[in-house]
Amino acid sequence: MEQMVNLTIDNVKVSVPAGTTVLEAAKQAGINIPTLCYLKDVNAIGACRMCVVNAGGRALQAACVLPVSEGMNVKTNTPQIRQYRKNLLELVLSAHEQKCLSCIRSTNCELQKLCRELGVENGDKYAGKQNHYDIDDVSPSIVRDNNKCILCRRCVAVCSKVQNVGVIGAVNRGFVTAIESPWNLKLADMPCINCGQCITACPVGALYEKDETKKVWDLIADDSKHVVVQPAPAVRAALGEEFGLPMGTSVTGKLAAALRRMGFDKVFDTDFGADLTIMEEATELVNRVKNNGVLPMITSCSPGWIKFCETYYPDFIPNLSSCKSPHEMLGAIIKSYYAEKANIDPKNIAVVSVMPCTAKKFEADREELAGTGYPDVDAVITTRELARMIKEAGIDFVNLPDEDFDDLCGESTGAAVIFGATGGVMEAALRTAYEVITGKTLEDVNFTAVRGIEGIKEATVQVGDLPVSVAVAHSTGAASKLLDMVRSGEKNYTFIEVMACPGGCVTGGGQPIVSSQDKMTCDPRVERAKALYGEDLSKPKRKSHENAEIKKLYDEFLGEPNGHKAHELLHTHYIKREKYTK
Amino acid sequence: MPDNKDKYEQLNQVIAELKDQPGALMPVLQRAQGIFGCVPMDVQKIIAEGLGVTLSEVYGVATFYSQFRLEPNGKYTISVCLGTACYVKGSQKVLDRLSEELKTPVGKTSPDGLFTLNATRCLGACGLAPVMTINDEVYGRLVPDDIPGILAKYREQA
Repeated sequence: MEQMVNLTIDNVKVSVPAGTTVLEAAKQAGINIPTLCYLKDVNAIGACRMCVVNAGGRALQAACVLPVSEGMNVKTNTPQIRQYRKNLLELVLSAHEQKCLSCIRSTNCELQKLCRELGVENGDKYAGKQNHYDIDDVSPSIVRDNNKCILCRRCVAVCSKVQNVGVIGAVNRGFVTAIESPWNLKLADMPCINCGQCITACPVGALYEKDETKKVWDLIADDSKHVVVQPAPAVRAALGEEFGLPMGTSVTGKLAAALRRMGFDKVFDTDFGADLTIMEEATELVNRVKNNGVLPMITSCSPGWIKFCETYYPDFIPNLSSCKSPHEMLGAIIKSYYAEKANIDPKNIAVVSVMPCTAKKFEADREELAGTGYPDVDAVITTRELARMIKEAGIDFVNLPDEDFDDLCGESTGAAVIFGATGGVMEAALRTAYEVITGKTLEDVNFTAVRGIEGIKEATVQVGDLPVSVAVAHSTGAASKLLDMVRSGEKNYTFIEVMACPGGCVTGGGQPIVSSQDKMTCDPRVERAKALYGEDLSKPKRKSHENAEIKKLYDEFLGEPNGHKAHELLHTHYIKREKYTK
Repeated sequence: MPDNKDKYEQLNQVIAELKDQPGALMPVLQRAQGIFGCVPMDVQKIIAEGLGVTLSEVYGVATFYSQFRLEPNGKYTISVCLGTACYVKGSQKVLDRLSEELKTPVGKTSPDGLFTLNATRCLGACGLAPVMTINDEVYGRLVPDDIPGILAKYREQA
């Protein structure tokens, strides 16, 4: 039995398990101790001192790293503490570029919120020398603006500890300390995987996606362009949060309606691309198993994971599925099949992908992803960028009617919807692979063993006579651990799913940002996944190969999965990358 | 360069020797600086790979401690005293002039690799304030206009 510890926080008695911090215990007493550098499960270093409390010691102590002890009497709200926190904020502001009106994080900034809540009256109280930094906007995915950085190190922690990448860190010391790459190299010159987890960890506006909203508005306004849009599965599970809807609200119908009102010529669905991916990937898996191909096969939907593999685990490149990711597949189909059907020259078609992901921006620039001779995808915007565009267009999102995606590439099954959650691609592939291999109908389509937020999930699935052992890893840190075990021979699998972001795409680097305070009481990985699994459950068809538009696509255009035409349009190859090119 | 190859072998030996110790990064960096005279990028990359830590971490430690040098020292190391006595006698102006003449910020080495410019604390020669040293030579009672002549002397020698 867990040992419980009794303590008093602001006259409220609480009982919490031993090892709990005062910060967490206070939450149970209904007290939000302010934080800046703290990020649950990622960063607890007591550096910013915002969370100081009086626990009877000779000095105030940081609650985020202070474990509870029996009989402890904690005060979190005394005149001394309030003044202390206010002074800290005033000092942070003395080195902060206070351009809040034009800041991308305005109204969603933890520093701004604290300054208001704690009553900071004069942001220039300690005005003096400031450091000035060049903005690093060379990466196709991520922009870093150190003029806004408050040195909390949440980005550093997520990059090194969660993702096992570590391309940024604190350099120099004292007043000139900065979060940078070594030798002030640009992120684009570092082995950054573009996952954008640093962005969703940042409390302020020091990290954000490379904005492509202007490019997309220009495409829409260009009469010579036929602009086709496609949103990813995970977008519908989170976009509503940007408009005040509760976390976990599925907004699929409103999403389609909003895209149509923004002026896109066709509103297709990456979920269709996901069903198509399953057709190709499940077939590839079956072929690899039958023909003694390289196993375990590893999924290739996550471009952050792909770059991670190419850079850090190049010996696993032959294991990667040759399937393009769903939006790239759909892009290639739009510029071939759809172009033919609609009688439009593919050079006049622009494909815009709405993704929960910043690495997709990098992926879309990959030269080899041009199945028709034209780039499969012309622009990638994140869920956050789409929300900004919807607001800019004056669309009353919350009151939109529910609409459907356009025919031809708009239908999708439940298998496609769950791509957005960790384990989803695995589950979708198993639903189809089972029926392809056994020729029988799969009665229970729910492979619950691969669901959930455990870092590495394993299962053995009985496919007819064949026991198939599978594993799912989310976060490249977890993927490293899994691949190390496969490499050493300690583990052996047939099929592995890897998503670069912890939680999968629902908590991708392009998704709405959840504050560290909110993350203490709810887990967006869980809440957003619920929206997707709920949608899966409500779909009449839950297996990719049952999608009627997909069947039609193969019958009329592609031929067989993994056939010649499919290979030309839907498959790709990978390259070993050096970590440093400079 | 056989000489350099030997240095990299020494570095790899140091890494092999210390890599299983907790907190090996600092001693490895110190020994590397002993071998190379500084810890440039390629040396830091080898240390990062060898110890299984990120380059960011290595660079972070190397820039946190002022004892680590990222680039080799010049042939002549100039140390300008910014102790109290020298400072009130105008050593900051001497330092600024040096930085201007050498086109080199304080703490860095001139583009021609000849001079490394440092600011130091009290050198213990307050009676000669403001004071600087170039390698082992001491220069006292300086005014900024002395600087071009002094530098010229060393450039001729080099």
